[in-house]
This record gives sequence, structure tokens and C-alpha cells, in this order.
Amino acid sequence: MAKPTTPRAASAKAKAAAPATAGADHNRPRPQTPTDYKASKEELLEFYRQMVLIRRFEEKAGQLYGLGFIGGFCHLYIGQEAVAVGIQSALKPGKDSVITGYRDHGHMLAYGIDPKVIMAELTGREAGISRGKGGSMHMFSVEHKFYGGHGIVGAQVSLGAGLGFAHKYNNDGGVCVAYFGDGAANQGQVYESFNMAELWKLPIIFVIENNQYAMGTSVNRASSEDQLYRRGESFRIPGLQVDGMDILAVRGATEEALKWVQEGNGPILLEMKTYRYRGHSMSDPAKYRSRDEVQAVREKSDPIEGVKKYLIDAGVSEDEIKVIDQDIRKIVAEAADFAETSPEPEAHELYTDVLVEQY
Amino acid sequence: MGIEIKMPALSPTMEEGTLAKWLVKEGDEVKSGDILAEIETDKATMEFEAVDEGKIGQIVIAEGTEGVKVGTVIATMAGDGAGEDGEAAAPAPAAPKAAEAPKAEEAPKKAESGTSKLASEARATVQDPDLPAGTEFVKTTVREALRDAMAEEMRKDERVFVMGEEVAEYQGAYKVTQGLLDEFGDKRVIDTPITEYGFAGIGAGAAMGGLRPVIEFMTFNFAMQAIDHIINSAAKTNYMSGGQMRCPIVFRGPNGAASRVGAQHSQNYGPWYAAVPGLIVIAPYDAADAKGLLKAAIRSTDPVVFLENELLYGRSFDVPKVDDYVLPIGKARIMRPGKDVTLVSYSIGVGLALDAAETLAAEGIDAEVIDLRTLRPLDTATVLESLKKTNRLVVVEEGWPTCSIASEIAAVVMEKGFDDLDAPVLRVTNEDVPLPYAANLEKAALIDAARVVEAAKKVCYK
Repeated sequence: MAKPTTPRAASAKAKAAAPATAGADHNRPRPQTPTDYKASKEELLEFYRQMVLIRRFEEKAGQLYGLGFIGGFCHLYIGQEAVAVGIQSALKPGKDSVITGYRDHGHMLAYGIDPKVIMAELTGREAGISRGKGGSMHMFSVEHKFYGGHGIVGAQVSLGAGLGFAHKYNNDGGVCVAYFGDGAANQGQVYESFNMAELWKLPIIFVIENNQYAMGTSVNRASSEDQLYRRGESFRIPGLQVDGMDILAVRGATEEALKWVQEGNGPILLEMKTYRYRGHSMSDPAKYRSRDEVQAVREKSDPIEGVKKYLIDAGVSEDEIKVIDQDIRKIVAEAADFAETSPEPEAHELYTDVLVEQY
Repeated sequence: MGIEIKMPALSPTMEEGTLAKWLVKEGDEVKSGDILAEIETDKATMEFEAVDEGKIGQIVIAEGTEGVKVGTVIATMAGDGAGEDGEAAAPAPAAPKAAEAPKAEEAPKKAESGTSKLASEARATVQDPDLPAGTEFVKTTVREALRDAMAEEMRKDERVFVMGEEVAEYQGAYKVTQGLLDEFGDKRVIDTPITEYGFAGIGAGAAMGGLRPVIEFMTFNFAMQAIDHIINSAAKTNYMSGGQMRCPIVFRGPNGAASRVGAQHSQNYGPWYAAVPGLIVIAPYDAADAKGLLKAAIRSTDPVVFLENELLYGRSFDVPKVDDYVLPIGKARIMRPGKDVTLVSYSIGVGLALDAAETLAAEGIDAEVIDLRTLRPLDTATVLESLKKTNRLVVVEEGWPTCSIASEIAAVVMEKGFDDLDAPVLRVTNEDVPLPYAANLEKAALIDAARVVEAAKKVCYK
């Protein structure tokens, strides 16, 4: 049997489930087909809270960009919230490590990092998490074991394998989650890293956030194998295709992936089928897809609406949900105020942190 | 008609070796493909096969003899008579000379390397002033010094590990990591697939995760595949994270021209890496510096590019016998004091500068030789201080001229030492071409001591 896949993947307009054999070795152990996570009401509320925080934070970042408070490249995570929140809710901050590419705001928020210092980094202020010297794409929190925030497409996959290597070397029981997009999935170093990660049985979960477009190029215009969860097969890395718009599917698959890695089986690949509502970056004219396409996804499979439905099914009232919404709006407004009003770095900071030591 | 069996050259840079063991004795019949002897080079022990058929006549060089020069007759063989023509190909796979032609003066031209002149005779190490008087010195090759540095740091710090192609079971493509696998095991001495971009990234990630990787590139030519991680991942991390995320890693391996290996395997990347803020770049010349600076590099919290030189690996120098010999990064060394002209160099160029200084001394010019040792940060103070004394400066660099370390030194001297100059700064560098393969062209492309002498005389107006 090849490819365990969540039932939702097929419904999430992925091509129908792959043929049963996908070229896999029948005798090799495979992970179980994941099941949707059974979340408690409290967990659902927390998922909702975090996802709304990311959505509102990113909307605000978009506004601040328009007002000129944020410069350069700014890549928003709107539409993909269920991925980071679902995966990171299963991790142990301070023990498991996370690394991602330049679309990193959501992962930081999902790891519980203060929205103020993230927003202040976007506006290039001294109080920013990188003291204003990193910007949107280069943010880190070693304290949380969040290792960035990398601007070179695909670099985080090798670096993540290195973090996995360190977990194994130190025997600290931690697992690295390395996120990358469908675009990065075509970079050569990804496969160099797959090879070594499996060869050395590194504790790492490779997560492809397949939001369907690498900048303006759709997956099937760029990838000869567009079922990206299979990309690890020739390295013996099993892959699972997951409905990345459904938080419970994401969390369920993550539980299975963690189990696989923690049992010493080496890496696993999760393809999260997701969608970004906004452009690649703020300067994306989005000529490569129709408004109708975006609208259809928003209406049919918005991840936040999905959790809201779960909440209502669990007996949470609209009023309770509204309280959360208001609370989040306040947090985001405060973060924006903080980011707009806190000072820029002192001039002498230009020369600090180039090297750690004096020579 | 006998055939002379000569000491073979078993690698591009081999000049001599040890005749470890004879596997045939006088009077044995051998045929093509039989193993005649085991020959040990500074890199590896190789089996040496017969090319011709015949009977071993005399064994000229006894087994166990060290330092047998390439081309020395080690045995003679009586041909089998049939088809013997006296000019049969010599047995060596890369014989420096075909079997002697009847008339010695018509001997085929030896395909020597243009780099033979690069590796100057090892010069006595200048005493490190910080060493206590009476310190004992041990003759050590650069290769051993590098290995000792890694081994000492690995004993001291569990976080240090070595990763690269052929570093473990093969004992190092250039034998630099010899013995490390035996002592430290495969958790800490790790063979990688041939995948530079990937393992440079894994190393950088491991450093971010708190380890202290030493990443060996078989040569720095292959590090081009990985340069993104050296620059974008390692060098910029500390700055971009506002000082919270570090990348304490050493990228090391041979750099610069080797010997007859052509353009893609012969390049000095010193100026490339030295251009990047956030990196430390070290390029030692002798064995003591190789040891002391590699230890410092491994201990540094910053990412270090450590540029070695294949042609120097087998050279022996005095290394002080002290516990924990660690040198400061970023400090140049005056290799030879002088008053008339300053010769600034690094890595293999230092030997040529020292050779040139001797020639110049014989002509009444007293040259001061500075080994930069670290290319970033550059110790410009030592250079400018020397210039104050000599008022003349020549930079010697085994590398291209354009945007070179030599260019940088010239610019620094213009900006900060202009009033001390009595003549323009001259650069002695390789020719501005990809390194050719042909021996004569290779030789023409590379620097040598004569060019340094010429430049020094020019700035002295002599």
C-alpha cells in the first residue's frame, strides 16, 4: 500500500488519490493513515483564537504596508492559517524546533511569540524581534526554538535538516519541523537534504505548504510530479497529503508524523494542500489566477470558517466567538500602535552584531 | 635490454614517497598488471603495477626507504625479449619520463607542473614572541597540524564534529582527517554524499542549533555549490537576528591552484569570502599557524572560512610543543623584518615572498615580509606600520589581480598610508586568465619568486 492520505485531501480538489502503488516498496513500514484530531472545546477555542490572530495581524500588516510603515517584501499568510496553527499546536515549544521561509509571520504567532515585537520588526524598529535589522523575512526566536525566517527559497530545508541533526546529536528528543512551499519543492538542495535526512534518520518533519502558486507559477506549470507528497518516495521518505484548510486534519496528520519520527523511523513529508488569498507579496498583480478562483476557495474552504463551524457544533455561542474576535482586534491594534510609534534603531546599531566576538 | 622501473607520481602534487614494500623479488617473472610494490605518498598508500612483462633484474631501492623522489630508478627489469624495443613505456601510470631514450639529451620533456615553483622550500618558522623562551619545536606537516587542531578541539568540546566527503572511512581525500574516525567514531566524523549545498546547509543549521561543525570541502572549488549557505545562511544570521541567533561553524579545505588540475579545480577564493561582512576568513601559510588558527577558528562564535593549500599540506614546519596552541584571529605576522621594502602576502605566497627576500638581500635590498594570516578582518595596522618604515610595498598573491586582496591592500594604503609611500604599490598576482592545463602555460599564469624580486626592485627604483 502506498500513500495513506486523509479522506479530505481528495475532496480538497486535489487530484484523486494516487494509484495504490506509487512506486513504493511494499515491504517497508509506512505511517498509518491519519485521522482527524479530536479536539476539545478548549483546544478548538485556542485554534480559533490563534488563527484569527494571524488573519487580523496579516490584514493589519497589509494596511501598514499600504501606508508606508512597512517596506520591502512582505508575504502574508492569509488563507494558510490552519497549517501553522495545526502543526505547531502539536509541538513542544523550547524542545521541538521550527524553521520556515520568508512567509513567516504566521509561524511565529502560532509559536506564541508576542505580536508586538513581530509587528515592530515589520516596521523596522529597535523593539522588533531582530532589532529592526531583519525585516519581514528574517525573524528568529532562539528562545522559542524558532530558527527563522529565511529569504532564500529552499535554504531552510537544509538548515532544518541541520537542526534535526543537532536534535539527534544531542539526543534531546526534539523534532524539527521545516516548512517550505511548493516553489521551494523544486530546489535541488531540498533533495540533497532529503537524502541525508533519511540516510541518517534525522528527526525532522518536512512540511510542504502547497498554496498552489510559486509566485505566479501554478504547481502544475512548474512540477513534473505535482503530487508533492510523493517527492520523498525515492529517498524512502513517506509522504502524506493533507487538507491544509482543515485544522483537525492538519493536527491529526501532525500527530501521526510526530509518532513516526519519534519512533526513530527518520523523516516524513507532509504535503499541506492550502491556498493563499493574497498575492505572493504585496506587489503581486495576481494576473495568474481569477478572482472567482480565490472567491470560491474563501467561500468553500476557509480555514477559520471551518473552525467556527466546529466551535458551533461543540456548543460555543456566536457571542463567545465575538468576544474572541474583539479581543484579537485589540491585540492587533495595540501591536500596530506599538510598531508605528516605537523608535527606529539607534544609528550605532548599524555596526553591531556583524560578528559576535572582537578580533 | 633492460627496462628501468621508476618511482611513479601517484598524485598531481606528489614529489616523493616511501617505498613501503616490495611484492616481488629479484628474479621474479612479472607480467603486466602484477603488483610490484606498495608506495606510500603523503596522501595514501598505493599499489604500483607492472606495465611490462619480464624478469625483475635488480631492486635498486630497498623497501622502507623514505623520500624517494619521483623518477628515481627503483628497480630494473629484463624484458622478455619478444617485441622488446628498449623504449617501452615506463611502468609508472604518470611516469615523469619515458624510459631513457638512447641519447640522453633527447629525453622527452618532463611534464612538470607550473605549480612546482609555487611551493617554496619550507622556511624556518619565525618565533612567536608570545612563546616562552626555550619552547621545544616539533617538525610537523601542515596536514598533521590541521588534524591535530581538530582532534584537540574535539577532545575538548563534545559539540565539535567534522563532516564532509570522504572525511571518515577514507581518512580524508587529502588525508587531513586521518585517524579522526578511529578516535571519535562515526557520530562525530561523518561521511556525506557528494552534495555540498546540502551538507553546508546541514552544517549551518546544526550550528544554529548549538553545535560546532567543522565542514570540510574536498576543495573550495566545490564550495561554489554551497556558497549560498556560507554567505546567506552563515554570515548574515547574527546580524539579521539582531544578535540572537549565531552560526559558529568552520568551513575548511584546500584553496588555490593545485597542480595541473585545470581551471575548474584551481582558484583562490580568498577575495570572494573576504568581501563578506559577517565572515572570518583565515588563510595560513605554515604548520604552526595552521594549527593555532584552526583551533581559534573552531572556538570562535562566528562563522569562519578556513582556506588551506594543497601544495602546502605535505610541507613540514616547526610547531611549538605547547599545550593548547591557539593564535589570535585577525593578527598578521612579520615573517622577516626588513627596512627597504614591505612584501605583503598570505598562504602559499608567503613562501615566495620569503624566497624573494633572500634574493633581494643578496642584492642589498632588505625586504620585510608580512604574512596576513587572516584576510577578514585584515590587520591593516601591521601593514601600515611596516610601510611607515619601508615606504615601499608589494603585495604577493596567488590569485587573480582584479578585486583581489592585493587590490584591497593597495586601496587601504592609498587611504591611510599615502604620505608614507615613496613609490606606487605593486601587485604580483597570477595572470588574469582561467588557469590553463598545459605545463608551460600554467607556469606562465602563476606567480613566482622572480616576479616578486622584479616588483620589489621596481618600487625601490633599482
